[in-house]
Amino acid sequence: MSVKMTTRQVGDVTVVDAVGRITLGDGASTFRDTVRDLANAGSNKLLLNLAEVSYIDSSGIGEMVSGFTTVTNQGGQVKLLNLTKRVKDLLQITKLYTVFEVFDDEAHAVRSFK
Amino acid sequence: MAADQKGATEVKEELESNLESVDYAEEVVLRTAQEMGFDEDARDQIGLSLRECMVNAVVHGNCYNVRKKVHLSVSRLPDRLEIIIGDEGEGFETDKLPDPLAEENILRQSGRGVLMMQAFMDEFKVGRREPNGTEVKLVKYLAKAEE
Repeated sequence: MSVKMTTRQVGDVTVVDAVGRITLGDGASTFRDTVRDLANAGSNKLLLNLAEVSYIDSSGIGEMVSGFTTVTNQGGQVKLLNLTKRVKDLLQITKLYTVFEVFDDEAHAVRSFK
Repeated sequence: MAADQKGATEVKEELESNLESVDYAEEVVLRTAQEMGFDEDARDQIGLSLRECMVNAVVHGNCYNVRKKVHLSVSRLPDRLEIIIGDEGEGFETDKLPDPLAEENILRQSGRGVLMMQAFMDEFKVGRREPNGTEVKLVKYLAKAEE
């Protein structure tokens, strides 16, 4: 199973709910296209809800970083919500915990956007 | 599958250079890891490391070349799981790879696969494969995984 991504609006924050695997191939492509399309459409406050992401590899991590860079360069913000232990471990190993703001509570995360 | 007198069993496969082979190798290795008694966390680490290594072989080593094969060997030993993945590419040197943890590289899109394998496996060794290509050995010990 690849990844399925749906979006919803909470105030001026776009919450992206991802379900499945973000790995090299369809999963990473779907993730990249979704974030790029949102950025192109002017959504510059993205909250990526990864609660249902069962698996992510270095390609998936790369797409997260790429999306972060794209949106940040446009003056926006990308934050992460509800990481599984696997994804937390990966962010710690790669030091990306120092790059991304990570939340366990959606309301708190939404309020944190400027 | 071959078995020797020390209780080791080994699976050797020659795989196509495509992403289906990555999925297939993951299935084979995870099934072996489960049979050996590795817990879920350890299986996650083994599975992810295997994927990273296979992707490197398919994408960077063999460049999806249909004439080149990926050589997978999975050895089930009494105290450890040993995986060897060989490609038929030009080879690479790990000490020449950019450090993905360096400040200037932290936002690079790629280059984290070797770091993940080193973090998740007990042994990670890269060598030349004869007559050509690269061979990577990944080892996970049962006892360490249970600690």
